[in-house]
Amino acid sequence: MKTANLKKLLIDKSLIIVLLLMIVGMIIIEPSFLQWRVFTDILTQSAVKMICALGLMFPLLLGGTDLSGGRQVGLAAVLVASMSQMMDYSNRFWPNLPYLPIIVPILITLAVVAVIGAVNGFMIAKLKMLPFIATYGMSTIVYGINCLYFSKEPNNSQPIGGIREDLKFLSSYKLFGQISLLVVIAVVAVVIVWFVLNKTVFGKNIYIVGGSTEAAKVSGINVHKVIIAVFIIESCLVGLAGIMEVARTGGANSSYGNAYEFDAISSCVVGGVSLSGGVGKVSGAVIGVIIFTIISYGLAFIGVNANWQLIIKGLIICIAVALDMRKNA
Amino acid sequence: MEQYRLKVSNISKSFPGVKALDKVKLEVRPGSVHALIGENGAGKSTLMKCLFGLYHADEGTIELDGEQVEIDNPHTALKLGISMIHQELNPIPYRNITDNIWVGRFEKKGIIVDEAKMRSKTEALLKDLDFDISPDVLAKDLSVSQLQAVEIAKAVSYNARVIIMDEPTSSLTVAETQHLFQIIKRLREEGRSIIYISHKLEEIFEVADEITVMRDGQYVGKWAISDITIDELIHQMVGRDMEERFPPAENVVTKDVILKVEDFTSGDEHSFQHVSFELHKGEILGVGGLVGAQRTELMEAVFGLRKISSGRLFLNGNEIHNHTPQDAIRNKFALLTEERRATGIIPMLSVWDNILAVAYGKLADNFIGFIDKKKLGAPVETVCKDLDVRTASMDTLIKNLSGGNQQKVLVGRWLLSDCDILILDEPTRGVDVGAKYEIYKIMRDLARNGKAIIMVSSEMPELLGMSDRVMVMCEGRLSGVLNREEVTQEEVMKFATKFSNKAKEVISQ
Repeated sequence: MKTANLKKLLIDKSLIIVLLLMIVGMIIIEPSFLQWRVFTDILTQSAVKMICALGLMFPLLLGGTDLSGGRQVGLAAVLVASMSQMMDYSNRFWPNLPYLPIIVPILITLAVVAVIGAVNGFMIAKLKMLPFIATYGMSTIVYGINCLYFSKEPNNSQPIGGIREDLKFLSSYKLFGQISLLVVIAVVAVVIVWFVLNKTVFGKNIYIVGGSTEAAKVSGINVHKVIIAVFIIESCLVGLAGIMEVARTGGANSSYGNAYEFDAISSCVVGGVSLSGGVGKVSGAVIGVIIFTIISYGLAFIGVNANWQLIIKGLIICIAVALDMRKNA
Repeated sequence: MEQYRLKVSNISKSFPGVKALDKVKLEVRPGSVHALIGENGAGKSTLMKCLFGLYHADEGTIELDGEQVEIDNPHTALKLGISMIHQELNPIPYRNITDNIWVGRFEKKGIIVDEAKMRSKTEALLKDLDFDISPDVLAKDLSVSQLQAVEIAKAVSYNARVIIMDEPTSSLTVAETQHLFQIIKRLREEGRSIIYISHKLEEIFEVADEITVMRDGQYVGKWAISDITIDELIHQMVGRDMEERFPPAENVVTKDVILKVEDFTSGDEHSFQHVSFELHKGEILGVGGLVGAQRTELMEAVFGLRKISSGRLFLNGNEIHNHTPQDAIRNKFALLTEERRATGIIPMLSVWDNILAVAYGKLADNFIGFIDKKKLGAPVETVCKDLDVRTASMDTLIKNLSGGNQQKVLVGRWLLSDCDILILDEPTRGVDVGAKYEIYKIMRDLARNGKAIIMVSSEMPELLGMSDRVMVMCEGRLSGVLNREEVTQEEVMKFATKFSNKAKEVISQ
């Protein structure tokens, strides 16, 4: 009886246990891991991934996915960067573009990705396409559009640089001299997404549609509307991630964001978001993202070879999912 | 003593909470057609699944030509010479007919599948049975009756001693049925035994040699076809005593017609056609009929889940349109679906979320749709108390509740949505006896409080015990409406099998 309880506890709390074991292990191997600087670094590195994971969580909750997520990050990055370069920069993407208040490129970028999201949602809801293949097609299209735009004269596929300070500010400004605004954005996004999913009718409807589309239909939920709204929200979040990437790196090129959706999906899945829909918590996604950041940051910190890092990351995904299957069994 | 081809003795099979078969016996002679009949849920299909190795019987023996056999899986059954035409066809849609017939026993030449040999065997088989179907068409391109033909060919191809046919004519036309009967007669002449399950009594009198009747999972009796009349047969099928299984009828049926359905016709010609009926405030209207009578489809159309090609709907005398479930809910309709697991509960969500699935939108009517858990708490609590929902907590996942409690949560879901017309499709399916009574009581209370209820039910006692009126459907058409005073099991059965017109002709001939 006692061992059964212990086993249940271990399985139920497997995420937190894995996280703690990893941290403890790293501190034992490298005591200097335990310092404030490491903490803020991990948070900063998690910020963009966090936004992506929150975004991907929406289609996952419907039992769907969005393979175009990463390419949308890239498109958003190139779009926003191309419109927010310094006036005196030698290699301007749009040489004659007047000075725009920073909110304008941001809103244009978000509007573009929102349209992509709406099309994804339309394909899945109305045309009844499988999310996997519909969004894969979309990912190719988005990448193609991005490359076309990026290769435009006079840019000719040169990396976009000379990003204005008012955009880079998102990364360079440190709250209390310590915490980047990127982290603040991520925290605010976590709170908003948590609120929407748990405290609003729309959020409940996402879980209901994801849990049983047929029951949702009988319950008078407009299933198509929910699906399309979900993909628009998701696109806006990954678009935001693209903008944050530009702020963080001070530039952009068309390969930005490649495969970010897979990192985001694995973080969610490790965090207990079910791929079959209807199950998943925001807290799970947060922990999933942090686990992955700690793996890549921490393993590098204690000097593990990059190839081994990949193997360990893969193992963590498989083990976490295996444990999760047992929890739901 | 004559030897039986198949002798099944004392077979029992239990499922959690239900004894599906209770010491059933079945004796089939060689070279005969043996009809197996009984109401929905009498255990016919369960018995056949035991014979075919899909279920494993808890006790009892099966003898085949005097030899006791163990049938653990369909593979063994087929090897022993028992083949089955299933009620629900499961073709492999994107494979051709040849592959569909020989799947699992492909002809091989070394390690290579011998397509040519299989194809010629298929061609010969289909020709022999007079089916005009090419072996090369894909199963998905066949009509349902053609698929049925393929299924028959497949069963014959096993060279079986016993062929089980479970409702083989459900999708066949009259001509196709006659063709099937010829095949059956030929198979009988070849010395094979056929177990023929059908609800269509006139067919049975046309084709069968002997009849075994089952009821409530029990063996009732066996007759030679010449020794029994249709009336006697119906009586044997339904003949059971009504116990005090229903709460007293305290509801008062008013004269107010709350709902009028006029000439509802589906676009699908095999579905409901020209159905009209009225529902009164405070009434429980039972809807009877056999599987395939299109009752569920009709109700789904009334609720806006299915399209109709013609028909009108009146609520309190005013015409309304339920194009979608959203419309229906706005017009205060509710639908408790037949398939609780597939279309009712959302298994991985809590009782709380499940009970509020419909009402969330209504109760949280502020701009952003913010859900105030405190504000929702009171109505949810009242409903759960009224319905006596038993759950550890509101956060328990609904999949962990018993069937009866799940059903109560779903009724609660609709009560919270403030409905006036409740359509309950098989409200007590998969619910244990105690909880059944509670659900009946809830239905009575609702009717007494002025709600109007449509109850689709395949359980005869429920239909008779609960309904103020019973409308009976048969093959998509309304075949009769019976008032409380005139409703008997025999009457319902007659309408449900269209016995009152078609079968009488057969007899008078």
